[in-house]
Amino acid sequence: MIDTLIDITLLAFLTITAVAIIRMRNLFVIIMLFSLFSLHSAGLFVVMDAADVAFTEAAVGAGISTVLMLGTLALTKNHEEKRPSHHARLPMVVVLVTGGALIYGTYDIPSFGDPASPAQTHVAPHYIEHSMEDTSAPNIVTAVLASYRGYDTLGEVTVIFTAGIGVMLLIGGHLMRRFRQKDDR
Amino acid sequence: MIDIILGHYNYWIVILLMMMGFYTVISRSNLIKKIAGINIFQTSVFLLYISIGYVEDGTAPIIAEGYTTYSNPLPHVLILTAIVVGVATTALGLALVVRIKEAYGTIEEDEIHDQDMSL
Amino acid sequence: MKHNLILRLIAKYLFPVIALFAFYVQFHGDYGPGGGFQAGVILSVAFIFYTLVFGLKTTEEILPPYVLRILASTGVLIYAGTGVVTMLMGGNFLDYDLLSPKPAAGQHLGILVIELGVGITVSSVMLMIFYAFAGRGRS
Repeated sequence: MIDTLIDITLLAFLTITAVAIIRMRNLFVIIMLFSLFSLHSAGLFVVMDAADVAFTEAAVGAGISTVLMLGTLALTKNHEEKRPSHHARLPMVVVLVTGGALIYGTYDIPSFGDPASPAQTHVAPHYIEHSMEDTSAPNIVTAVLASYRGYDTLGEVTVIFTAGIGVMLLIGGHLMRRFRQKDDR
Repeated sequence: MIDIILGHYNYWIVILLMMMGFYTVISRSNLIKKIAGINIFQTSVFLLYISIGYVEDGTAPIIAEGYTTYSNPLPHVLILTAIVVGVATTALGLALVVRIKEAYGTIEEDEIHDQDMSL
Repeated sequence: MKHNLILRLIAKYLFPVIALFAFYVQFHGDYGPGGGFQAGVILSVAFIFYTLVFGLKTTEEILPPYVLRILASTGVLIYAGTGVVTMLMGGNFLDYDLLSPKPAAGQHLGILVIELGVGITVSSVMLMIFYAFAGRGRS
């Protein structure tokens, strides 16, 4: 009961924050509201028993993303969005049609929290039962990430490395010096 | 009727958040606001996946004494990867915004379009 | 910001605490929530906090950019290298059973090594991206 109450409250906060991000024009306020959005969704992940995911979302969303956006704001020196010159009618129609199609498509989805839904009865019980004897690691998420699906994690690390190289090529002019120069003292 | 609403409200509010992020991307012309809209869309998709993997009366998927029902660990693994890939693409997008500002002098999309058309 | 006494003191005291927490999360990733990604991000946040208070030049003297470039590639090499080592021992790519006489202990060792690689790469890449954004305006 208390879980449901916290769930509904956090979802209401998320909706209010999203509406405020659409309506506000000051970019600094938008970035701060976005950081608040990430923190509330991390709280929602904790309520839904996803400890690892909440940890990562709080560190990455409310930490690194906010710092990078503030850095971009400082470099572009643009503090306010221009007032929209025409009313947005076609985007509103597209959004309503897509939202309606999605709600119609998820009408038959199993109830929230159902232990007999197809998502919980195919591969997941095998991982939950066998991960302790196969890998001797109590954290099932780490065992699946690093051992059962280790190849995907290799691809993920390569993606992060590529993003670092990409940013360095785009705006990292002063990072490309080979070693410590003599005039660095 | 009431149990359909109780079983599905989570999904419907998450779809509403997705559509709000989508609307920010396609209707506003400031590039930083578009990137914030993309991130809102991404975070709502993560909420949808974790809601699918939630088991009632379960606990976090870490094996401990005295617990028998665990949440589904597979969506957690997928979303962990997706969050980190999301921050990588956000960093690249913001670097591109900085270069666009240095090349065009503005980050409003219709002014950039006008400068391109008048060449 | 380095003229503010409170910020200087807090930054000097908090930096080792945050770094210690990052190492704890890294090495206890298989007993509780945590792992390589979270630990890498927390370690880079410690350095970013120090940079915000003391300036980019001070932090670049402690941790120059060429060290970050080498560390980022080392993390990916550790990960892929574990896979190649198991292939040279006769098994498949990333088959950790061969790393130790007991298969379960081999799996545990393999998980520890690749999480270390992931943590090194994530922390150095996040700090490198921050250096790029922070150093663009001045030069």
